[in-house]
Amino acid sequence: MGDPTAAPFEALGQVPIVLYTCLAIVVIAVLVVAGILLLGWWGSLWRNWITSVDHKRLGIMYVVLAVVMLVRGFADAIMMRTHQAMALGEGSGYLPPEHYDQIFTAHGVIMIFFMATPLLFGLFNFVIPLQIGARDVAFPFLNNLSFWLTFAGAILINISLGVGNFGRVGWLAYPPLSGLSGSPDTGVDYYIWSLQLSGVATTMGAINFLVTIFKMRAPGMTLMKMPIFCWSAVVSNALILMIYPVLMAAYIFLTLDRYLGFHFFTNDGAGNPMVWINYVWVFGHPEVYVLVLPAFGILSEVVPVFSSKRLFGYSAMIWALLVILVLSFLVWVHHFFTMGAGIAVNTFFSIMTMIISVPTGVKIFNWLFTMYKGRIRFEPPMLWCMGMIFTFVGGGLTGVMLSLASADWAFHNSAFLVAHFHHTIIGGVVFSYLAGFVFWFPKAFGFKLNRTLGIASFWCWFVGFYVAFFPLYVVGLKGATRRMQHFMDPAWQIYYIVMVVGVFIIALGILSLVLQLILAIIHGCKLKGNLPVGKADPWGDGRSLEWSVSSPPPPYNFATVPQVSTTDAYWQMKVEGKPIKTSGFQPVHMPSNTAAGFWIGIFALILGFALVWHIWWLVMLCFIGAVASFICYSFFGDHDGYYIPAAKVQEHEEAFARIEAKGRKA
Amino acid sequence: MSPTMIKTAQAGGHHDDGSTRILGFWIYILQDLFLFATFFANFAVFSASYSSAETPKEFIDLNFVLIETFILLTSSITYGFAMIGVRKNSVSATRLWLFITFILGALFISMELYEFHHLFAEGAPYLRDAQGNIIPYANGIDDGRGGGIAAYWSAFFSLVGLHGLHVTAGLVVMVCMFVHLGMHGLTARNKARLGCLSLFWHFLDIVWIGVFTAVYLLGVL
Repeated sequence: MGDPTAAPFEALGQVPIVLYTCLAIVVIAVLVVAGILLLGWWGSLWRNWITSVDHKRLGIMYVVLAVVMLVRGFADAIMMRTHQAMALGEGSGYLPPEHYDQIFTAHGVIMIFFMATPLLFGLFNFVIPLQIGARDVAFPFLNNLSFWLTFAGAILINISLGVGNFGRVGWLAYPPLSGLSGSPDTGVDYYIWSLQLSGVATTMGAINFLVTIFKMRAPGMTLMKMPIFCWSAVVSNALILMIYPVLMAAYIFLTLDRYLGFHFFTNDGAGNPMVWINYVWVFGHPEVYVLVLPAFGILSEVVPVFSSKRLFGYSAMIWALLVILVLSFLVWVHHFFTMGAGIAVNTFFSIMTMIISVPTGVKIFNWLFTMYKGRIRFEPPMLWCMGMIFTFVGGGLTGVMLSLASADWAFHNSAFLVAHFHHTIIGGVVFSYLAGFVFWFPKAFGFKLNRTLGIASFWCWFVGFYVAFFPLYVVGLKGATRRMQHFMDPAWQIYYIVMVVGVFIIALGILSLVLQLILAIIHGCKLKGNLPVGKADPWGDGRSLEWSVSSPPPPYNFATVPQVSTTDAYWQMKVEGKPIKTSGFQPVHMPSNTAAGFWIGIFALILGFALVWHIWWLVMLCFIGAVASFICYSFFGDHDGYYIPAAKVQEHEEAFARIEAKGRKA
Repeated sequence: MSPTMIKTAQAGGHHDDGSTRILGFWIYILQDLFLFATFFANFAVFSASYSSAETPKEFIDLNFVLIETFILLTSSITYGFAMIGVRKNSVSATRLWLFITFILGALFISMELYEFHHLFAEGAPYLRDAQGNIIPYANGIDDGRGGGIAAYWSAFFSLVGLHGLHVTAGLVVMVCMFVHLGMHGLTARNKARLGCLSLFWHFLDIVWIGVFTAVYLLGVL
């Protein structure tokens, strides 16, 4: 067997798509960097963003990363679907099998770990401290470090596009295909190391947010008065804490198999590949809930605001979350009923899978009852929510179909399954996160995204989803398996062509979203980046604390820490008609910025690259570099923070009070 | 940290409060426990998967491991004495007991490395052919001709090694703590740091008791 690290640039020479994509990325990157340098933005970028420990700025950076990765992952989707529409019967499509296999692997990995997860952490970062009345997260430096490690993972996975190749193994990389015998080259190593980096970052983020929520709530905000989004974050982060170590362990074992001649998941040496499949699904199923529970949280925030009613069944929501937390650990075997675990085991997991849909149903009914007799306003966030409720119920129903172990023997690994989980993830997770994104955007920047484009984006996604995925259910029932590069039966072509039409309708939705952002950037450029102090509650009827401060919020969030007595704290303030305080401020203590997180991220990126390519001296150098940066930060970093003087706080709060008074007159 | 600053920190719900750090560390330990739990489960799954490699019975000297165990447990006590020094605000007592803990920890790691070396030198973990000869390792050949170490030993070294890596990390942090103590003495922040390290060190002791029982006692007796 040859050297696994030979011919790193083979793909560039042989596959024109890869070559042009890489050229385009390099050109865009050079233009962006040159633009930043020519316009003299580097210093500001470094001081205000790269080294920032402000949770709001880190939140925005996470969202930017997620949007860029959404475009990357979606490009993969377009390629797969257009290829499949051509690769039936006599047609051979335009993607050779080994390239097609990399694309579906990259699509899955990027969408889950580098699109959904960063978007989730972006929303956590921006919203949670504001909702609980805190001035920052518990560990601001770790927050910055988490972002840069996620960033390093995202860059590493994209390097695989040009240098070497990516895994051809699917997003959970079953061995022995992902072992050294099935994947002797560097593809799986890129997969392992980019996910280890983002996994470490996600775990640190989970610790950070749990401590933030448990220790830094405003006085009076007991756990049962906390907004549901924060509750969903508690459950989601608790799940992360328990499942990411399992994934990390599985990757360590696979690494040892691949690098050091261990035998965990091999066919020989008494290894057992099925053990891996249990590990990744002990991770993988709760991971679905890691992503979707905060989506439920977002809906529980958005629906009351646009129905002008309080949330129906607040405590039922929380209990449903906690029940899902427990049950999510008892369903993982439904991903491999075909393993042959026996009737008793399959029956147990089949029943648990049906039961877990009950607390989810509770939530759906709570949103519906919140809307019932409410005065519903069809703003873009609400459209996303209603689209989510409608679509997610359908995805849940096909999930119940799949939960029947006996039926699953027919559905297993079919396109039906692929249609099902896109149904729940696009319908449940993506729609909700986009609802949260447009909902909190005016809080972050002080102005709303273009409404017409927002509505267009929703309808394109919504219609596009059904056109793209319902034919997939049909071909799945007809017998199409997932991850196939070519089908023999040309009669299926019409379904695949319809799917391509759906994909391009979704593309219009993404285009509308990007146009919204471009308009926002133009607006920001006109203001030369100095966003004026905006009013607190741009949607009207905001209920939780984040709507009580100016938009964008000042760096310190709350001039005085609010006293909370009810669930909807800001609603209560409005009812009581409390005036905004404009004098008698204390200086506010803030954490200092640091470059340590950025440098550790850079070292981690090169470390990952060196591990993929077996450059051992560079591995040592970067490992020591990363650890030394961390230690140096502990020795010499500025841990004391600084004070924002009371006068400055007063200046901001007076401007804010003027805006609010003007808004009330109008 | 000056007293006024501590006051503001508490008033503003700010993050430099030691208790926040300790809670964060408890939660970190919880996640680390899940990592260890996976390694333990993995060891249990492969606890009889020797393939053509040797079983641990003839190769592991329980007395040697027992001494190792007592050294590590003793280091937990000495760390406790270091924490008493912290409570008494005595930098010298803290330093002395921290130093003794460090020596014991380093001794433990050295003994573990010696044991690993011994096992490999004896050839215990390697896959063998029908004649009992060690198969030379060939990257990625997956049909019994590839060599390498058997699943049991893979699980053995990864579990024991993970614990060893944690202890090593603890030693590195201890060295850093000497520098921190030298730079600022027993400040509130350094006390919180030592408190976290204390949690970590005792946690590793508890995990080791699990390793000693599951890997060594159950494996050899």
